[in-house]
Amino acid sequence: MGHIAATGLIDCDIHPAVPGMKALLPYFDVHWQEVIDARGVDGLDLAYYPPNAPVSARPDWRVPGRKAGSTLADMQAQALDAFGISRGILNCLYGGPAMYSADLGAAICCATNAWVAAEWLDQDDRLRASIVIPVQNTELAVDEIERWAPDRRFVQILLLGAHESLLGQREHWPIYKAAEKHGLPIAIHAGSAMRHAPTANGWPSTLYEDHVSFAQTFQSQLLSLIAEGVFTKFPALRVVLLESGISWLPSFFWRGTKMWRGMRKEIPWVDASPAAIVRDRVRFSLQTWDLPPDPAQLDQLLEQIGGDDNFLFSTYYPHWRFDGDDPSRGLRPALLGKAMRETPLATYPRLKETV
Amino acid sequence: MSSSTLQAPAKPKDAAIKLVDCDIHPTVRSLKDLHPYMSARWREHLDTFGQRFRQAFVASTAFPKATPQLARRDAWPEDGSPPGSDLAMMQRQHLDANGIDRGMLFPLFPRALDERNIECAHAVCRAINDWQVAEWIEPEPRLKGTITVMAEDADGAVAEIERCAKLKGFAQVALVTRPIEPLGRKRYWRIYEAAVHHGFPLGLHNSGNNGHAVTAGGSPSFYFEEHQAVSMSLHAMATSFILEGVPERLPELKIVVVEGGFAWAAPLAWRMDGLFDRFRSEVPHLKMKPSEYLRRNFWWTTQPMEEPEKPEQLRQTLDWMGWDRIVFASDYPHWDSDDPRHAFKIRMSEAEKRGIFAGNAEAIYGERLA
Amino acid sequence: MSAAVMTRHVVAKVGEIPEKGSKLVKVKGRPIALFHVDGEYFAISNTCPHAGGSLCHGKLIGLIRSSEPGVYERTRPFEMLQCPWHGWEFDIRTGQSYCDPDSIKARSYAVTVKDGAELAEGPFVAETFPVSIEDQYVLIEMK
Repeated sequence: MGHIAATGLIDCDIHPAVPGMKALLPYFDVHWQEVIDARGVDGLDLAYYPPNAPVSARPDWRVPGRKAGSTLADMQAQALDAFGISRGILNCLYGGPAMYSADLGAAICCATNAWVAAEWLDQDDRLRASIVIPVQNTELAVDEIERWAPDRRFVQILLLGAHESLLGQREHWPIYKAAEKHGLPIAIHAGSAMRHAPTANGWPSTLYEDHVSFAQTFQSQLLSLIAEGVFTKFPALRVVLLESGISWLPSFFWRGTKMWRGMRKEIPWVDASPAAIVRDRVRFSLQTWDLPPDPAQLDQLLEQIGGDDNFLFSTYYPHWRFDGDDPSRGLRPALLGKAMRETPLATYPRLKETV
Repeated sequence: MSSSTLQAPAKPKDAAIKLVDCDIHPTVRSLKDLHPYMSARWREHLDTFGQRFRQAFVASTAFPKATPQLARRDAWPEDGSPPGSDLAMMQRQHLDANGIDRGMLFPLFPRALDERNIECAHAVCRAINDWQVAEWIEPEPRLKGTITVMAEDADGAVAEIERCAKLKGFAQVALVTRPIEPLGRKRYWRIYEAAVHHGFPLGLHNSGNNGHAVTAGGSPSFYFEEHQAVSMSLHAMATSFILEGVPERLPELKIVVVEGGFAWAAPLAWRMDGLFDRFRSEVPHLKMKPSEYLRRNFWWTTQPMEEPEKPEQLRQTLDWMGWDRIVFASDYPHWDSDDPRHAFKIRMSEAEKRGIFAGNAEAIYGERLA
Repeated sequence: MSAAVMTRHVVAKVGEIPEKGSKLVKVKGRPIALFHVDGEYFAISNTCPHAGGSLCHGKLIGLIRSSEPGVYERTRPFEMLQCPWHGWEFDIRTGQSYCDPDSIKARSYAVTVKDGAELAEGPFVAETFPVSIEDQYVLIEMK
């Protein structure tokens, strides 16, 4: 694993799998325990990552009888120890943020965070985590941030790539205010609460198409955050895109900047080009699955993206985004060098406190 | 999608054709211009109820555009009728001034492709098609028509393609790009079979409002966002065609992606290929990598021109996608239209220019451009 | 820029261009967009440096800025020109583009207004323009 020999590797996207509601049950209050039991609330894995779909787990990380990534022992053996990870950020993708009832959604988010704290963070001090929040209701979402922010092992706030309304829209701003106050970046992960069709053209047939088309959803969210003025209003806020891919960035920069030149008077608080804003304020997790096969084209692409301060190393464990023992495949050593440690430390103020 | 597979642009069949504009928007002065081409039943219906779309406003698109009528401010005829409604002005200001030898008509207004009343939509489509022939193509042979069909009812759409195939001057078939279901879905396949049968490429210009939010994360607030989201919907459209297996089943189908930019073409190919191994078992009908269908069955128009931060990056983009995949379009008379003399900020070889400005379009449209 | 090589060219009669209107004029073969805003005249090169749009066909708008999302602050009414193609904004006083003021600009020219009586004495270039001593005229300075 050539480039990763250096110590202090930071993995910015690891997915602990909730085994099922039974595992979360101890972390609900008695009211919700009774509701969940009486109504049989379960099966809340998100549809973008069906547990048996190839993309959801590498074949060699699957263990018969349980979901991949659902035990600490598996994660330690397959990722933390295997790749020499010194810090890993847990992003738990589970159904709380997608529930139509904001109350039930908030209860599930709270239980998920409590489960992550007790069963993962308390058990392995290499681990950090994102706070999952009920985006359905901004007040409840802010309550959830305030509940966990004092625990410095929570280093960011996790949102799904698609909720009821675009993330820049002003009803979400109290979330960003709280994030900025606590030094917590906002992460947006591929996945959807499925309030809207996965493409502007309606509902595709395949999961494949959902995943391909998620590039457009990320771009729409960035445009929303830019156009609504989130980056203007919250100058210290950082945004992290997880499992977004990066090859769409040049065309996004060019189109966005061209439209900004023509239409910036519609959004006059945006006083820099979308390309400049994204390079300054947004970070991207790195795996190599949407890059050109030709190394010369890869060099051109990275040159077009510009800057090598924007990438965060991630394994996406246990999602199947790469094979073998080398998650750095295809990346230029200099680029990867910053992504492994320097850029994560610059992105996550709380990581610096404990490394 | 590799620079190593760069193909020489097609040899010109008709050396007289030096400049083909693959996107020109003619429009009506008002719906009354279509009256001669409609039955009394639909004239009365439109006078009474107007056109009905999946949107809030009677006479505005959901997002107010950058300019009135979406138009260049210098394209308004002196009598105040809408830009693109006056053939003489189009000839003077665009075809003659820019030396356009062939121009592809794309009627966007009135909208017919996404009208909610299916029979009304068919009636308006038929009227638009006959109006193109009578008022544009016959008086101005440099202009070629686009058969406009309402895709949600494939029977009606196929019947209209059959009818127009017997008329002179049509070069392609247009459908709405944001239909009720993604265009790769089975309900639309008969339309593509009919297009292939008659040798018509599909000219797919971003259009339509299907009632879905224009992004998977909801509706944006600003035209600044919506304009780009609509363009991105064409990425999803291309993805749908390929992964549903349309070009696998119809290898002869030609798809021209109009007014959505093109810098996304190669990255989309990489992304589809990058996920192919993970999802192969979900799409066993695909016999090639997705990028190979994109490279074989798709073309892109130049407008709205990509404007990289460094001009030579445009060359990289074109190398990645293939110089034979791109055709010039002006989008006359719309506000973000491109002038053939100013659109390209890079130096190009004669062969490259020849391909973009004429040869590639001839390869797509063949005799229908003659 | 020495005064000796500057020439002044009579390009319009005062009153000819309506308020917030424009006129396309040619000086030494160069197309120039002349604008009239609130009694003042401004001249910039007519060809948009971005993509060749004819700037005299653009729309004059205010300068829109913002100190806060949702707040629209309009100053300098009608002193920004929106290109008829692609909508880029140019300052009609300087020709600078709003988004890239230092690198992308339309050339601007000094404009003066003179009485017809003064013009009769020269040294102004008005060969194609009938001048009457009762009227006032707009002049563009050009090297």
